[in-house]
Amino acid sequence: MKVAIIKYNAGNIMSVDYALQRMGVQATVTADEKKIRAADKVIFPGVGEASTTMAYLKAHKLDSLIRDLKQPVLGICLGMQLMCSFSEEGNTDCLGIFEEKVKRFIPEPGMENITKVPHMGWNTIFDLKSAIFDPSITNKYVYFVHSYYVSLGKDTAATSNYIFPFSAGLHKNNFYATQFHPEKSGKVGAEILKNFIKL
Amino acid sequence: MLAKRIIPCLDIRDGVTVKGINFVNIREVGDPVELGASYAEQGADELVFLDITASHEGRKTFVKLVKRIAENLNIPFTVGGGISELSDIEALLAAGADKVSINSAALKNPDLIDQMALNFGSQFVVVAIDALEKEGSWTPYINGGRIPTDKELFSWTKEAQNRGAGEILFTSMNHDGTKNGFACEALARLSENLSIPVIASGGAGNMEHYAEVFTKGKADAGLAASIFHFNEISVPQLKEYLMKKNIPVRL
Repeated sequence: MKVAIIKYNAGNIMSVDYALQRMGVQATVTADEKKIRAADKVIFPGVGEASTTMAYLKAHKLDSLIRDLKQPVLGICLGMQLMCSFSEEGNTDCLGIFEEKVKRFIPEPGMENITKVPHMGWNTIFDLKSAIFDPSITNKYVYFVHSYYVSLGKDTAATSNYIFPFSAGLHKNNFYATQFHPEKSGKVGAEILKNFIKL
Repeated sequence: MLAKRIIPCLDIRDGVTVKGINFVNIREVGDPVELGASYAEQGADELVFLDITASHEGRKTFVKLVKRIAENLNIPFTVGGGISELSDIEALLAAGADKVSINSAALKNPDLIDQMALNFGSQFVVVAIDALEKEGSWTPYINGGRIPTDKELFSWTKEAQNRGAGEILFTSMNHDGTKNGFACEALARLSENLSIPVIASGGAGNMEHYAEVFTKGKADAGLAASIFHFNEISVPQLKEYLMKKNIPVRL
């Protein structure tokens, strides 16, 4: 089993590698096209800003490479947002794998000091519709940190609720994604990563 | 629904976990990696590791320790203590820390908050404040609660938020170590003043104090050290209790 973690100008990439190591999976953190194409599974993680990371992906031709992949691909957090069609963060076109768009969380008027942004901490996921989410984890807590969200759409594979319901996970063909961080979500998160590796 | 977070805090000196009582006397309680993993297993939502080592050698030990923590821990963690340079912060993030907290350095050089937010994103930036109340006015202190500043708590936290802080960690020096409960009034006022999460610290002595800090104190998270380290209350026990009080927690 060859697992590639895409290396680019985003933060927190090592956390995913460490989580896989805890499961006994040795991954390669790389930006090398051949290694990424040859991998059985590809993970596209990251924490950062959409327009600058998107510009970096284009400059390094990683955008067309990711779009082209045929093996199972898992986008995490910013990775998921970059797989969508457009992000309001820096108003940038993204990879367009998922049709959904990325928007900024805006609390209802008068709720700014109650529903705080970023949405940070543990929240539940439900309406699970992909092979990486076992139905038994419905309403379990996973860890989120984000100020932008993906609205519900036809690719929504998991839902969470903050201010309103939004996409906690997406799935289309060989592309899977989570807004939350499975690598930081305790046992529930480890289970999701394990399911992805087993695909 | 977003859960209220329970955050054990581990003070580290020369790679070993300790906890200061009222910022002065210090007792050793164990290996940080082992202790951190056991808290994660018990259901802690997040951990804070504060480096209280003063020496340069000790700081290098801490970066190595952060990498070991990241390798072993499956929940998010914040590191802090004596950080003043962007290069230190970069090293800690590269080692696998999820967030970095700055305290004295932010008060001495507020521009550091802007630089951190710009370079790494607001979600990495925790601004920690030790403040003392005297005659109704809250003053932030620097150097581990030793030196008062000319700032005021509520305007300072607002400024920190505007500069790009992602979270505020507020320790009441009046309450820390007393086990008589959190500074709920000040916390509620902070929370109402800010649009970023507030972590309450200082004063936890029993489970009722946590129920209070999440309701009356309007805090997003509650931090404590000694009551967890000395097993006065356990994380699962506390969460069961909060759930019965209809406070959303992750079980």
